Formats: sequence, structure tokens, C-alpha cells
Amino acid sequence: MQEEVKLIVDGRRLDGRLPDELRPIKIEAGVLKNADGSCYLEMGKNKVMAAVYGPRKVQPKHLADPTQAIVRYRYNMAPFSVEERKRPGPDRRSVEISKVSREALESIIMKELFPRSSIDIFVEVLQADAGSRTACLNAASVALVDAGIPMKGIITSVAVAKVEGVLVLDPMKEEDNYGEADIPFAFFIRNGKIESIALLQMDGRVSKEELLQAVELAKKGAMEIYKLQREAIMKKYKVEEVEE
Amino acid sequence: MRSIVLPGDLLATNPKVAGHGTYVENGKVYAKFLGLLDKTETSVRVIPLRGKYIPSVGDVVVGVVKEVTVNGWVVEINSPYMAFLPIQENPEMKPNKKPNDVLDIGDIIVAKIINIDPKMKATLTMKDKMCRPIRFGRIVAINPARVPRVIGKKGSMIKLFKNELGVNVIVGQNGLIWLNGDRRKVNIVEEAIYIIEQEAHTEGLTDRIAEFIKKRKGELENAGGS
Repeated sequence: MQEEVKLIVDGRRLDGRLPDELRPIKIEAGVLKNADGSCYLEMGKNKVMAAVYGPRKVQPKHLADPTQAIVRYRYNMAPFSVEERKRPGPDRRSVEISKVSREALESIIMKELFPRSSIDIFVEVLQADAGSRTACLNAASVALVDAGIPMKGIITSVAVAKVEGVLVLDPMKEEDNYGEADIPFAFFIRNGKIESIALLQMDGRVSKEELLQAVELAKKGAMEIYKLQREAIMKKYKVEEVEE
Repeated sequence: MRSIVLPGDLLATNPKVAGHGTYVENGKVYAKFLGLLDKTETSVRVIPLRGKYIPSVGDVVVGVVKEVTVNGWVVEINSPYMAFLPIQENPEMKPNKKPNDVLDIGDIIVAKIINIDPKMKATLTMKDKMCRPIRFGRIVAINPARVPRVIGKKGSMIKLFKNELGVNVIVGQNGLIWLNGDRRKVNIVEEAIYIIEQEAHTEGLTDRIAEFIKKRKGELENAGGS
């Protein structure tokens, strides 16, 4: 019999956050020399690294699409990223995450500009807490901007969980494991406004009203993350500009 | 000071002014990629800061021959796309010669893009006074987004290298640059090009490069005299 864990005490969560508070986020753009664009991102205890290559020649050749670029996204967890060693290589979970994340990003990348080429996105999870797919999407989005890839806007991702009947933003591991539901979102943001939802998954169950509330909560969190993503890119390129 | 824009930033509400690096949706003009905003009364464009070279008709490029076929040469142009130089477009090609006698794998050429089809297959020509096979000199590679800076306003930077150091420079739009001249002077130009790449988009770049060249030329002459 497992011991009952109290996840919310006096309206505060285990790490002292309010229900609508994000974990601390650190974003750094352009950290890898060999990649065309890259980003290192920390979201609470999540540590992820994203690298973008392209547009480049498609390898192997037969995958090339003569009308548009192909987008490839690889989500991968390092063997040391979790408490117990994770068996290296793709598994059911990471293949699924790669697919949904790729589809979210494909919706904003202007693929038709680069026929017969590929845009390859690699994201490595170095340390995993909950919501690593959202952290990876945020990192990939910054890396794509850093690579100068034409896009309609920026993708920003955040999760909402239901814990002991309360909706909480950006759940951490304990909340994800013992909560009632986990709903990762990704939004397409253009000119500082949320235009559409690019990804929505759900694990667990919530009522219709709660889902609508969750969307509003996630939108609020996403806007905060969007500002940090912007800042990270501005920081890298401002330094290059003001060398006088 | 030009401001930095990110993809999706709203630049204008009049679709008529939309220029390079922008896209229009519902009558509004948005930025397409990361770059510097260049906004005037009549046009809005985004100057890219990053990105690969994408071939465009009329560009002069420096490329490496990767494959020889019966009809011509397949040329790598530092881009996601290969280019093709048909034998008819190479004036050195004579009926009694085979394609690999004229250009072989690994040879470097300066060529001009004359056509691009919707599948991004680029066709090259060497029937232009700039175009030539390269058998000597040095090739320097830079970020293709910085190429306009290395050329300078109306070729001012290239003229500077030619007049001050006697180094011939051909800048390929794809970010490969051919340098030819005295070896020590070519060294100076190479360094100068790296400075331009680093400090592109800052004010008074041409003046600073002129100063740099003067300084390095002085050092060279002193070393030669002693």
C-alpha cells in the first residue's frame, strides 16, 4: 500500500508554487557550433538541448518530396535522464512524441519554399522531470528561429495537470505521477497573440468545463514562455549588433 | 538602428509594401524569418541574419564539380541544392573534347545561375565575363547572409581590396569567396573578410576595414624592410 502524498497544501504546491505559476525557465539560443540553429533550455528540472539542421539535402534521397521540404523531428531521452537507466534508442513513447511534435511544428514552417530538401530537428532530453515534450518543443522552436528557417510564427508549449481536483500549470514529476490528468498544449503564436492550438494531448480525464479552463490557464503560461523565448533570441543577436 | 524581428512579427497593415522576407495573410504583413527590419514609406523587408544559400536567377556562385556526366557537370554550390552546368554553357568545351578533359571532379568554377525550375533544379552558365574555372588562389567560406556586406555598397569593399592590396576578389552569392594575389596580402584580405562576417550590420564598417588594411599593410612593409 502506497503512502498518500498531499500534493497541494494551503493552495500551494509541493515546490511552493501557486497553481498558475510556471517553473523557473532558462533559455539560451545558439549554443552549438555545428548546428544551423540550436537552443539549450531548462524548465524546472527538465534540461533539454535542441539542434536544427537545414534546409539541407535529403538523406536518404528517396524520402525527398519534389513539392516541399520534409520536416523530421527526433525526440530522444538520454540513458541518464531519468532515475532508472533508460534503455537507449527510440521506443513507443518517444516515437509518438516525435510525431505529434513534428506535426505541431510543420504547421508553421513554410515547407513549400524548399522543395527536395529536409529540415531536421533533434532534441535530446538530458534530464527529465514532467513535461519534457513541452520543454523540447519550446527549445526546438527557438532553435528553428536561430537557424533562420522561414515560419509563420513561433510555437510555445506548456502543460496543465489536474491534481486533487485543482488545475495546475506546468506540472512537475510528482503532480504528473499522482495527478488525475495531464494535458500538454502547444500554441501557434504570431505577433504576441495566440492564433491557434498546434498540439493537444490528454492523459487522464477532466470535464468539459475543466478542459476549457485548462486552455485558458495554458494560454496564460504560454504567453510568459513566449516572452522568454523572444528574449533568448534577442539576447544572442543584440550582442552581435552592438559591437561598435 | 535597425530593429531585430522574429517570425510572425507584424510589420505593416498595407500588403502593397510587402518585400523580401515577409508574407501576407489577411491583408497584414508579417516577418517570415529572423532578421533586421528595413522599413521605408514604400517598402518593408527583412534582412536575414541566418540561413542557407537558396539559388536565385542571375546570382554568381563559386562551386565545386562533384560529378561529370555526358551532358555536363553536377556542381555543389554550398546550398541544399546541386546545380547543373550543361556542356553547351561552357565555352571551353570543344567537339573533340570529352567533358572530363575540360572540368573534372574537384575542380572549382565561378558560374552564373541562368535558370531555376519549380523543383529547384538550378542551371549554370559560364558564358559571362566573371565566370571561369579556378586553378589558383584561395577560397574562403562565410555565412551566405553576410555576402552583401563583403561586396559593400556598389562593390566598395571589393574595390578597397583591389586598390589597397591588389587582391582580386570574386564573391559568390553562396558565401564562397575567391581571392587571388600576393599570398601575404591575401592573408590580410582573408582576415578582413572574417571581421566583416563577425561585425556585419554595424555602423562605419567600410571605414574600419580600410583602417585595418592600412595597419596590416604597414606591418607587412616594415617586416619586409628589416
